[in-house]
Amino acid sequence: MTDTLEKRTDPPSGSSSPGRDVLAVARNTWRGLTSMRTALILLFLLALAALPGAFLPQRTPSPQAVQNFFTQHPTLAPLLDRVGMFDIFGTPWFSAIYLLLFISLIGCLVPRTWEQVRGLRARTVAVPRNLSRLPHHAAGEDDRTPDEVVAAARTRLRGWKLDVREEPDGVRTVSAEKGALREVGNVVFHMSLLALLAGIAVGKLFGYEGNVIVMADGSEFCNSGILAYDTFRPGLRVDGTNLSPFCLDVDHFTAQYRPDGAADSFAADVRYSDADALADGAPPVPTTIAVNDPLRFDGERVYLLGHGYAPQFTVTFPGGAQRTLATQWEPVDQRTFLSQGATKFDRPGVTDEAERRRTQVAITGLFAPTSSGGSVVTSTYPALTDPEVAADVYEGDLGLDSGRGQSIFAIDQSMVDQGRLTRVVRQNLVPGQTISLPDGTQVRFDAVKEWVNLQVSHDPAQDAVLVAAVALLVGITLSLTIKRRRFWVRVTPASPSTTDRRSLVQVGGLARTDQAGYGEEFERLRDDLLRPRHGGS
Amino acid sequence: MGVDAPLGDFGDVLFYSALAVYILAMLLHAVEHGLLRRAEPVAAEVAVPVAVGAGSTESSFPTAGGEALPRTSRPLSERFGRMGVSLTVLGFGLHLAMLIVRGVAAGRAPWGNMYEFTAAVCLVGVGAWLVVLYRRPELRRLGVFVLLPVILLMFLGGTVLYTQTAPVVPALRSYWLAIHVTAAVISSGILLFAGVASVLYLLRSVHDTTGRMAWTAKLPGAQVLDRVAYRATAVAFPIWTFAVITGAIWAEAAWGRYWGWDPKETTAFIAWVVYACYLHARSTAGWRGQRAAAINVVGFAVMVFNLFFVNLVVTGLHSYAGVG
Repeated sequence: MTDTLEKRTDPPSGSSSPGRDVLAVARNTWRGLTSMRTALILLFLLALAALPGAFLPQRTPSPQAVQNFFTQHPTLAPLLDRVGMFDIFGTPWFSAIYLLLFISLIGCLVPRTWEQVRGLRARTVAVPRNLSRLPHHAAGEDDRTPDEVVAAARTRLRGWKLDVREEPDGVRTVSAEKGALREVGNVVFHMSLLALLAGIAVGKLFGYEGNVIVMADGSEFCNSGILAYDTFRPGLRVDGTNLSPFCLDVDHFTAQYRPDGAADSFAADVRYSDADALADGAPPVPTTIAVNDPLRFDGERVYLLGHGYAPQFTVTFPGGAQRTLATQWEPVDQRTFLSQGATKFDRPGVTDEAERRRTQVAITGLFAPTSSGGSVVTSTYPALTDPEVAADVYEGDLGLDSGRGQSIFAIDQSMVDQGRLTRVVRQNLVPGQTISLPDGTQVRFDAVKEWVNLQVSHDPAQDAVLVAAVALLVGITLSLTIKRRRFWVRVTPASPSTTDRRSLVQVGGLARTDQAGYGEEFERLRDDLLRPRHGGS
Repeated sequence: MGVDAPLGDFGDVLFYSALAVYILAMLLHAVEHGLLRRAEPVAAEVAVPVAVGAGSTESSFPTAGGEALPRTSRPLSERFGRMGVSLTVLGFGLHLAMLIVRGVAAGRAPWGNMYEFTAAVCLVGVGAWLVVLYRRPELRRLGVFVLLPVILLMFLGGTVLYTQTAPVVPALRSYWLAIHVTAAVISSGILLFAGVASVLYLLRSVHDTTGRMAWTAKLPGAQVLDRVAYRATAVAFPIWTFAVITGAIWAEAAWGRYWGWDPKETTAFIAWVVYACYLHARSTAGWRGQRAAAINVVGFAVMVFNLFFVNLVVTGLHSYAGVG
């Protein structure tokens, strides 16, 4: 193809043509891209580009921290955001660097692999003419014939790649090489890098992560679709319709704390039914999920990432209608599990919309699992030993019909500001206590439930990534620890006469990568091959 | 899980004893360095008089330092140097005992917080130095420069980062703590030594080309320093890779994903890439020598940044420092 292109476009004058220029540019670009220098610069750029990720919060692991950064730096943050500083590892420029790097790597790797395959079959390099020029060399006389010396060298150099050659005048040579695994390791390492990237890419395409809060009172979670989750982070090719079906019942949550309030262990007792069990109607399998010990089955993983408390309230509206709710409250202090939240009630059985929106009830405030007992509720210990709620009870319009989404942990402050939602009572409650609102509504603090934050992770390529990582490790270890070295022997008959059986033996050695450390091995070989009584020269 | 507080306090005594002995050893090495005369070069300089990056690297370490100059008695500098080495060995013993005591007191691997981690990294750094000394006794004159960063790190560890013996949080309660963190400690310690060698190499090669910084003339030759740095990095890099991979395996079990660009993960990745740069640079024409050494120093700076900045300033999943 190159030929025809050149023939067609090359004018007879021989001056440079556009076609040729394009080819030359393409060739030079390819050469430039695959050169070691470019690879080095790209590597360095990769490190440099990742650096802001160590300073600035990133959306992927910590969206909350990014939000905090925006409130702390209102002018700087949007500017940084415009160049993708909060999402570095997904920005086009970061991807551009590593894609170029991997193209460069492939361009480097393919010829090198070929070279290596040829090298594995090729014969060893012939013995240099002048062995005494090598960094390691020695010579000596031997009372054996050249053939005997060569045979001895062959035995001693077992395990080396060997070639015996003949030179004029009855001179025999042995050239030996060792350490070809270094190059193999090198190629394996770089190939594994490619495989690793491919595996990560597959995971990003077809994997997903979802978080869900489940009450630890026998409540059930089913992996039925995106709506089953509180947050769901799908891969690029995941639309949430084909999730593998399984269900999980959370029966109990146990936490153990040390006297100072630091956590000792967390565990959730669950029962799960995988797709087959659901189809067959088999009973669920009981198991425990703990920190560092997720539930794994059929390529699904379920993690216990967090826990908290859900105070349960019963609201008795005037007229006798009752509602009971336990909504998760959010821990604000990990040491004492002081929590805040909002439990929101809609009055049942009211058909008049305006009336309904005047009588909605929300209980907000602070919850302490172990209350200090003072008038201001504070928590002294994370376990549920002496719970108390500092309740602010609001009545009015919660704004649930406004069409705006609202946090499950707070009431809509704008409704309060507009005067459509008003605080009617503020009182501390222990379980069993009831407060009455001015309109006769009764609010009872029943009990406290515990909830767990579960994460479901699915990554079809995870095992492949692990295999690639292990191969990478083996490759880099081989390539950095094995030395490529050569050892040569030249045996010359001491004199042309056939009666003189003695030989002159010269040996030489060369390490092809790093000379340090080869000295000792060479000396051992030399001592074994040159008879000591004749040794040295 | 009980904590033996008095035993933990005894560990602190051992820590400060080790630090004191190291300081003394460093002072002795400083005296050794001061007494050295330029006219008494290491054999390596005789064997390899060429400066940085000059063509062939096919030369070997000298086998022994003193062969060329037969002496009847040891010069004063050597006597001080040998005392320095003895004290370093003693300090190493105390240091090792400190970590063992601390581990027994806490009932776990003794690197669950930054104080212990820093102490362990320094132990490996000194250990790597002693191994190098055993194999290349002629490098002894580097002692003062190797002990200086160790002492600085230990001082910081004993003051700013100090934490009482305590069990670790549930997320750290895993056998991966022993595997992942041990690998991180070992590689960091060796890279500490490699970083020092590369810094000295850069100083020495500045002297070789410009004649400034005459004191570096007492150091081993530029090529010797370069090779020591490379060998140390080549040993540490696979261990660091192992540390990152086991970290990913542990992260998969603890946090639900093998890689999530947590600040610590990001910085570990950066350090890995920088060291990969160094290893490539060293085999690329036009980059070996000073440029490569500079990259190695950058890599070490990233490791230090990873230890201090990421643990103390940035909030991430690895915030286990136990400080503040």
